[in-house]
Amino acid sequence: MTVQPHIRIEKVSKVFRTGGSEVAALDDINLDIKAGEFICLLGPSGCGKSTLLNTVAGFSLPTSGVVRVHGETVRVPGPDRGMVFQEYALFPWMTVEKNIAFGLEIQKQGRAQIAGKVDALLEMLKLQDFRGRYPKDLSGGMRQRVAIARVLALDSPIMLMDEPFGALDSLTRRNLQDELLRIWMEYRKTIIFVTHSIEESIYLADRIIVMTYRPGRIKQDVSVTMPHPRDPSSAEFNDLKKELGMLVMEEQSRHNQEEIKAPVAD
Amino acid sequence: MKKNCLAKTFGILHGLLVPIVLLALWQWLSSQAIVNPMILPAPTRVLAKWWEYLMPAQAYDPATSGYLAWMFSGEMIHDAYASMYRVTVGFVVGAILALPLGLIMGANDRVYKLFNPLIQILRPIPPIAFIPLSILWFGLGNPPAIFLIVIGAFFPILMNTIAGVRNVDGIYIRAARSLGASQTTMFLRVILPAATPYILTGMRIGVGTAFIVVIVAEMIAVNNGLGYRILEAREFFWSDKIIAGMFTIGLLGLAIDTGMNRLNNHLLKWHRGIENK
Repeated sequence: MTVQPHIRIEKVSKVFRTGGSEVAALDDINLDIKAGEFICLLGPSGCGKSTLLNTVAGFSLPTSGVVRVHGETVRVPGPDRGMVFQEYALFPWMTVEKNIAFGLEIQKQGRAQIAGKVDALLEMLKLQDFRGRYPKDLSGGMRQRVAIARVLALDSPIMLMDEPFGALDSLTRRNLQDELLRIWMEYRKTIIFVTHSIEESIYLADRIIVMTYRPGRIKQDVSVTMPHPRDPSSAEFNDLKKELGMLVMEEQSRHNQEEIKAPVAD
Repeated sequence: MKKNCLAKTFGILHGLLVPIVLLALWQWLSSQAIVNPMILPAPTRVLAKWWEYLMPAQAYDPATSGYLAWMFSGEMIHDAYASMYRVTVGFVVGAILALPLGLIMGANDRVYKLFNPLIQILRPIPPIAFIPLSILWFGLGNPPAIFLIVIGAFFPILMNTIAGVRNVDGIYIRAARSLGASQTTMFLRVILPAATPYILTGMRIGVGTAFIVVIVAEMIAVNNGLGYRILEAREFFWSDKIIAGMFTIGLLGLAIDTGMNRLNNHLLKWHRGIENK
């Protein structure tokens, strides 16, 4: 039995130095995430939501403060925190099957065991017909399914998702959102999901963390209690959408003003 | 299907048009005795010479050799074999030296900084410029020729391998790290395959350079091979044989490049952009 994780982000700040200038990407972030929670980090680009996710993943360390996962300080990336990228990041030289098996092969699991897990995942994500294909032959939605399967294979209690559906068309997107919810409910994983889509965050999350633009701080911590499946046309959904829309637009307009002052690529 | 076949035939005819017109013009020029046949022999004479160069010199005699051995006893076959042997040995040695060094230099910045200055100085020297030194060091025969080919193959493979490793997209490294890959796994299963398109390009350039160098080396350091043969033919004013030899060199080069291309497409069937070729 795996011990349920608990993520604690403690006074995390992150400063990027580029050339002579310093950019404060994160400033004094404090956040506790319960096991099994579905968290969305919401905000305009430049608000540090991906930076925050990367500190949990262990890809970049905070300038000050700590991230603890189940009491242990995060220092390096690891298979206990599976990562799904917007760019899919599948290995193009491996077939679908090999991509999913990669993490299991690293753990030196038995061949029969790996084959069993891969088969189950292919079926769960409706990828059976694509097992021998290379990523270049798949659509964006299919690629992201493979990337999700690759992370699920590791059985990690935490899934980190960096705008995973950002590049997909809206129908594929809804499809994958439903599938992700199904997986989340079945396995009760802790999910941190970065998005700039207000609707997506309301559709998916238990808690929405709205972040401010530069330096990234937590602007508001919103709980969503509507039961799943949520109806995007319901009054409750739209009230929340309006409320969050105002919060996000405030930050977006700050983002716009900053860009006019100093047109720096984000 | 029939339509497809027709289109294919038409495509081949289309491609042959310019060579046929040029050949006809060449033949006409020769038949009009406008140019001295010693300078430019008729294409028919070149073809006849090519055939003579290809075929065995002696009549078939079962008492002295088998049929196959006789078939391959022609001068051209021997020359082509000698040239290919040198290209192969030189290329393989060059690749064996360049690949590991390139992989280490690409992956490790300290090793890169250690070797890079020397490489930057040596790399712009054309392999041909090594001829005097190679003869001084190795005398005449195969060793200096192969030495030159090694140098010709070494640098393109080295440079491309380094570039391949250094240009591996960071997202693959991040994905592999988060999946728990160790250093060894990262190198063997992520960096190496991600770098193969570059490495294969380096090999293709390397084999092309090796083929150029072998012809030059044979003109200077040895007394057989295709390069030697066309230079020898010049001494006898056999312009038909020179052109016949050049034609063989061209065919061999084309065969090598086609082979490398096939290998490329096979190894990179996962790669974008290959599928339509």
